[in-house]
Amino acid sequence: MTVFLLRRLLQAIGVVFAMSVLVFIGVYAIGDPVEILISPDADQIERERAIEALGLNLPLWRQYLVFLGNALQGDLGRSFVFNEPALQLILQRMPATLELAFGAMFIAILLGLPLGLYAGLRPNSIGSKVIMAGSILGFSLPTFWVGLMLIMVFAVQLGWLPSTGRGETVEVLGMRWSFLTWNGLQHLLMPAFNLALFKISLVIRLTRAGVRETVLMDYVKFARAKGLSPSRVTFVHVFKNILIPVVTVVGLELGSTIAFSVVTESVFAWPGMGKLIIDSINVLDRPVIVAYLMMIVLMFITINLIVDVTYSVLDPRVRLESKA
Amino acid sequence: MIGFARAAGVAAISTVVLAGAAQAQTLTMAVGAPVTSIDPHYHNLSPNNAMADHIFDALTAFDPRARLTPGLAESWTPVDDSTWELRLRQGVRFHNGNDFTAEDVAFTLERVPNVPNSPSSFATFTRPIRSVEIVDPHTIRLRTDGPYPLLPTDLASVRILDRETHQNATTEDFNAGRAAIGTGPFRFVAYRPGDRVELERNDAYWGQKPAWQRVSYRIITNNAARTAALLAGDVEFIDQVPTTDIERLRGDQRLSISEVVSLRVIYLALDHMREDGSPFVADNDGRPMTRNPLKDLRVRQALSMAIDRQAIVSRVMQDSAIPAGQFLPPGSYSRIPDYEPPRPDPERARRLLAEAGYPQGFRLTLHGPNDRYTNDARIIQAIGQMWTRIGVRTTVEAQPWTTFIARAGRQEFSAFLVGWGSASGEASSPLRALVASFDRERGWGASNRGRYSNPELDRVLEAALRELDDEKREKLLQEATRIAMDDVAIIPIHNQKNVWAMRRGLEHTARADELTRAQDVRPAAAR
Amino acid sequence: MSITTAGPAAAPAAAAKVETPFQRFVSEFAASKLALFGLAVFTMIALIAIFAPWIAPQNPYDLAQLDIMDGRLEPGARSGDGTMTYWLGTDDQGRDMLSGIMYGLRISLTVGAGSALIACVVGASLGLLAAYAGGRTDSAIMRLVDLQLSFPAILAALMILAFLGKGILNVVIALVLVEWAYYARTVRGSALVERRREYIEAAHCLALPTRRIIFRHLLPNCLPPLIVVMTMQVARAIALEATLSFLGLGVPITEPSLGLLIANGYEYMLSGKYWISFYPGIALLITIVSINLVGDHLRDVLNPRLKK
Repeated sequence: MTVFLLRRLLQAIGVVFAMSVLVFIGVYAIGDPVEILISPDADQIERERAIEALGLNLPLWRQYLVFLGNALQGDLGRSFVFNEPALQLILQRMPATLELAFGAMFIAILLGLPLGLYAGLRPNSIGSKVIMAGSILGFSLPTFWVGLMLIMVFAVQLGWLPSTGRGETVEVLGMRWSFLTWNGLQHLLMPAFNLALFKISLVIRLTRAGVRETVLMDYVKFARAKGLSPSRVTFVHVFKNILIPVVTVVGLELGSTIAFSVVTESVFAWPGMGKLIIDSINVLDRPVIVAYLMMIVLMFITINLIVDVTYSVLDPRVRLESKA
Repeated sequence: MIGFARAAGVAAISTVVLAGAAQAQTLTMAVGAPVTSIDPHYHNLSPNNAMADHIFDALTAFDPRARLTPGLAESWTPVDDSTWELRLRQGVRFHNGNDFTAEDVAFTLERVPNVPNSPSSFATFTRPIRSVEIVDPHTIRLRTDGPYPLLPTDLASVRILDRETHQNATTEDFNAGRAAIGTGPFRFVAYRPGDRVELERNDAYWGQKPAWQRVSYRIITNNAARTAALLAGDVEFIDQVPTTDIERLRGDQRLSISEVVSLRVIYLALDHMREDGSPFVADNDGRPMTRNPLKDLRVRQALSMAIDRQAIVSRVMQDSAIPAGQFLPPGSYSRIPDYEPPRPDPERARRLLAEAGYPQGFRLTLHGPNDRYTNDARIIQAIGQMWTRIGVRTTVEAQPWTTFIARAGRQEFSAFLVGWGSASGEASSPLRALVASFDRERGWGASNRGRYSNPELDRVLEAALRELDDEKREKLLQEATRIAMDDVAIIPIHNQKNVWAMRRGLEHTARADELTRAQDVRPAAAR
Repeated sequence: MSITTAGPAAAPAAAAKVETPFQRFVSEFAASKLALFGLAVFTMIALIAIFAPWIAPQNPYDLAQLDIMDGRLEPGARSGDGTMTYWLGTDDQGRDMLSGIMYGLRISLTVGAGSALIACVVGASLGLLAAYAGGRTDSAIMRLVDLQLSFPAILAALMILAFLGKGILNVVIALVLVEWAYYARTVRGSALVERRREYIEAAHCLALPTRRIIFRHLLPNCLPPLIVVMTMQVARAIALEATLSFLGLGVPITEPSLGLLIANGYEYMLSGKYWISFYPGIALLITIVSINLVGDHLRDVLNPRLKK
């Protein structure tokens, strides 16, 4: 196990390294940050000064070495746009994205599980067909479009919820959280639901598929034969069994939700990391892009590691590779 | 809050009244472009400059029509050919109580070119200054190399800081609020990047005091979301109203609109650099051409004449623009008074093409951004339609500004759409940047991406930039503009209008320079 | 399509009647009226897409046929020169929405199905290889998956735009680049479980060649989850293309896909010109629902574990 974890750690370092190289080359290919950031009024001399100030006058490989040298000392560079340490900028925005992502996951499970359970137990009923057809909506309509419709209906027409932005925040553990205030929760509901749409469909589908397979299993038949009440069979025997794959997939989805809530955050003016990364990409704020993606790739590696370890614990048939 | 008030019964009434009164003192506004720094010298960018105008003042200022007015300097006069003397306003205090003096001006001019890591500094505005002489605490002399008539205009972009407070202040100190101290109409309260800036009134302001006790300056970059926030009543005022929503907002009884023609001209730049063939021009069989048709004046005239500017303005821009035939909108200093945009004339355009040796036209790709200017991608499609009708079969390609501008700057395109906002409010800015010959030493042609070059124009412009007499300079600038336009150096399409929307009961002074500022919004006079 | 033949677990001895596996598959599929309906709708949509250039009233990609003076006309309005009726209205460029939708279907289906198919083949192969080979190969592939999953589609699309320029093929490449990792992860997950099962051990004992074991034994048993992912990913790819268009990174503006039509009309939603994005939205919805009706049922039919 220790050897396994150690090897994974080494691989993680390799992947993070590869990511930083990739981003450097990618941003270089896309365009020139100075062309985008510089004021149109600036003359050639000012342009040259800006290029030098941002360290972009060096050849790409030298720029990368400078970055690497600083990174090894824990400095991932300063944002071109904000002139603040990139990592600090990202961490400032993290609470907003975390509460949005967890809110979305919560809604997905809250709505998805019961609906999926129903659809799986009564696969031929009308209700089940409606649920399945409805779940298709969740991943076929573009997020930005649904987001605007939600705002139009619930904020503009009905006036039940605030249209955009993040509500009041309270400071806990040095970070600003909005889900602890009533006003914050009101602001959170719509964007979280918008982000949850795809996950709801996913949970419904996974649950339904799991239930349909499980009810045919011998142990469930046996439990029925024993004369247990249908509700006990459903909620204890069936439910317990389908929960594992659902939780696994939802956990995996959490990663991509945190990483790419870009569209929802821009439609709802939610000041999170997704908004930061799209803004940074738009102006090629390379230090922020590099730092952000290095962090995200670490997160994905960690999540996958947890999944692999959990698999091996839950299912002895999958053995961790301790021998190469 | 409502539920509570109802439960509390009679006692609640007074609370509600008080809340109502307090609300009238607070302005919640949403802007479309993010404020990325509170440091007024870090990044020369319109949204940052708009924010800086709340907290800081410059020596001179632009009025809503972009004409120069006094700021912290009450007057400015040329003492001789290379010296400007400025008389400073007395009794002005910074937010922390420090007095404003000539020392602060000298300090500011010194700091401007030395802000670390600045991606676009304000040094362009201070570079002409050779030396600074403090005559007395409220008089200062600035020397330049030879006559430099634009100095007072340039100084409008340089916000004054306090020598004592800002000696070693970093950009981070400004963002955190420690150093966000100026002489402006508002005091800084809080800044949350990507979200909002909170401000409160500076009751000791030297000029007209703003109507709002508190201002919440929110950032909502998505157009539809910003409009929706106004419709839902979450904000009271928005800027950059999308043209698609103007009609609907006009029809809404609860809202009103303010607008003004801006100093931004949207134009097409053409490849003047290559003699033999241009990368995105081909003959009718798709083969590259041996000579560049865009070098022929008749072809350029035909392309300009083919464009029905009024159709673009009314159909694509939904009337939030006016057709343009030169850089500046009517009413601006140094605009040519009776120089109308070319009339659309497809017949004559076809004849001109034939005269130039292209009776069957040719093929062309028109490039443009799709996230930079109002309706940019739609405009180039419409132009593509119009050019195709005169025989120039046009393909249209729109891409994000990030990739577009890098390629345009490398002269990779043949014809492309860009815009230019004349920050100084007069023609020297576009003349110098867009059509003067590319020259690093003089700082000319920095945005002349088509590499147009005309020695006669350069000569007239040179004379204009040395002329201290406003009337004579205006004539010279008009002459230079006429040379560029007659030669179709660029093809102007339209001047954009800036549009703001607000709840009824508010009044706004629309600004031609696109800045959105809380001090320009007031409760409407009693009806 | 002889997928069912290969899966040993999928061919129980219960097949008493003389019926080829394919016939059995057809009859089982036909048992669901809903799935048949979905198939019929999808066939019709595919036909419209294929024959769009011959049945559409206008060529919406030819700028010479558009006139901005006809822009934003309501459904049922006649064109300025009186030659045609815009049954579903026009967009801001004066593009006939009906023709735009027909042509847009073509592009959306090509982009959606094309990218999903390529991504599936690439991803599934790599996933199988990772699970089967294990060791270094597995680590290398899975770390590549980690890298890919954390790489934003927007940045990938921007890079491709910078390297290759704008075009439909490049959008497909961008989507494949973004999607393959999902397939790889899914397939590897189920293949890891399957490869320890008895029938694979048995195949090993029979000394069957590796390639045969992977493609004839392992793959078929990993199919059900793969089809779930695939039917969802076709839809997701189409929606993702719409999102890329929304961000200005999608297909060229003069050759709009359904997604680009929606993104374009999105800005008109607040001003009541609903038709510019509503009708393409409906077309997109019908397409995706029909694909999923077929896909859902296909998955049930092909799932060996649902056989009684």
